Amino acid sequence: MDEIQRQLIAEVADLHEMPEGAYNIRTDGELAARNTTSNIDIVTKEDKSGIDIRIKPGTKRESVHIPVVLSKSGIKETVYNDFYIGDDSDVTIVAGCGIHNCGTQDSEHDGVHRFFVGKNAKVRYVEKHYGEGDGQGKRILNPVTEVYQEEGSYVNMEMVQIKGVDSTVRTTKAELASNATLIVHERLMTHGSQKATSVYNVELNGENSSTDVISRSVAKDDSEQIFEAAIVGNTLCSGHAECDAIIMGNAHVVAIPRLDANNVDAALIHEAAIGKIAGDQLIKLMTLGLTEEEAEEQIIAGFLR
Amino acid sequence: MLEIKDLTYEVEDNGKKLTIIDRLNLTVGDGKFVVITGPNGGGKSSLAKLIMGVNPITSGKIILDGEDITDKNITERAKRGISFAFQAPVHFKGIKVVDLLRLAAGEKISVATACEYLSKVGLCAKDYVNREVNSSLSGGELKRIEIATVLARGTKFSIFDEPEAGIDLWSFQNLIKVFENIRESINGTILVISHQERILNIADEIVVIEDGHVKSQGSKEEILPEILGTSSARKIACEKLGGTING
Repeated sequence: MDEIQRQLIAEVADLHEMPEGAYNIRTDGELAARNTTSNIDIVTKEDKSGIDIRIKPGTKRESVHIPVVLSKSGIKETVYNDFYIGDDSDVTIVAGCGIHNCGTQDSEHDGVHRFFVGKNAKVRYVEKHYGEGDGQGKRILNPVTEVYQEEGSYVNMEMVQIKGVDSTVRTTKAELASNATLIVHERLMTHGSQKATSVYNVELNGENSSTDVISRSVAKDDSEQIFEAAIVGNTLCSGHAECDAIIMGNAHVVAIPRLDANNVDAALIHEAAIGKIAGDQLIKLMTLGLTEEEAEEQIIAGFLR
Repeated sequence: MLEIKDLTYEVEDNGKKLTIIDRLNLTVGDGKFVVITGPNGGGKSSLAKLIMGVNPITSGKIILDGEDITDKNITERAKRGISFAFQAPVHFKGIKVVDLLRLAAGEKISVATACEYLSKVGLCAKDYVNREVNSSLSGGELKRIEIATVLARGTKFSIFDEPEAGIDLWSFQNLIKVFENIRESINGTILVISHQERILNIADEIVVIEDGHVKSQGSKEEILPEILGTSSARKIACEKLGGTING
């Protein structure tokens, strides 16, 4: 791995050394390193590009890192990763994609991740996107995430894309059985002429299933963001979606809620707010001695925390 | 020393010019605890905001320790040692109480130090230090955090704009204690906009502002009887006593 690739991995996976536990590192379309443990197996798919990650039932406090980096201009790949998470396990999965594009051709990574979460399993999933490089070529990421949760399972997803990615269409769909819970925290910042679309579709199929989809985003310059959150309640369940966006410059932000209740006991809520940074927030921080620019940075950093 | 010279502040309301502060002159001496009071709409809060630089003045001068700060912006005035506790504290999504106190202190103070400031305003520090400064906090809690940010700055000139506004009676008792002890916390000049007799009572000096002018200024002993003897004060007293006093 070269220095650029190392830096990208540090950005997307907070990794500076080889991680402990299971990992699969993919650089420029090739497998760069892999480690499996007695509880977590990683196998390359034979029919298409991608891997199967199998976590044994009852695996506790283990982690899987699967960062992807693209450092050459002009790579376009679609990768299929399937996670089979055994019953009663408790694991952390860190995925992420960093693109360094100094060239003139577009670089694109489309990751299709499917999670099959066993009964009473607990998963924390972190996915970070990052782009850099001053070439004309675009940095494009189109992740598709599918989550199938069995009874009593709990999934907490953190989706982060702070800068540098020119175009993203994120599609996330989930189906929850009884007593399953899905929490999503999305944090997004776009600038320049970037475009980012997030589409969530969560189906609450089992009794007492619940979801909370929360998006916090900042749209700067001429960038564009579209947030679509659909929650379908098919039984006694509760769902909440929240989109909170700060708009700056000439940006464009669209929030599209969709609540679909098919049962009298489905309780679904959507909240959306789009607005510029409040003047009184800037003034308060300026009275503490910050310049207007410093105040703006603090407000955004807090908002996207 | 803060000197305000011929200060005028005009605003436009439906195309009509309104004079909020009218050629006002005021000098606030170093290390004093000064309370500005007067009827609603008299220009007290406007004056406080003009000192901080929140609103632009129409004409006149503001001089801090001999330096003309009239053309300085909020940040520059803050850096020269003016602090401001707002009447209606601002919410921040994602910014924690400890973050705000660190920004106020201008350095990465320890959690223990942040907790000391919170304790001074009567908040049980460990319950609050990691909370976000958002709408989950009550009005009284936000108000005390607002006051704590001014304590954390510890500057030479601190302004508190109606600290009692929006605070329930129980919190109010604690708030008075905060101000009774504030000279131990802030080593500098304190300017409080207030209607509360108990805050007026701990002042070195009282300034009465009415119709955009300084109506009177003097020691507590001089001014307090004068205020309590006004027709508006008599009216309030009458209401409290069931109308047994005649004007």
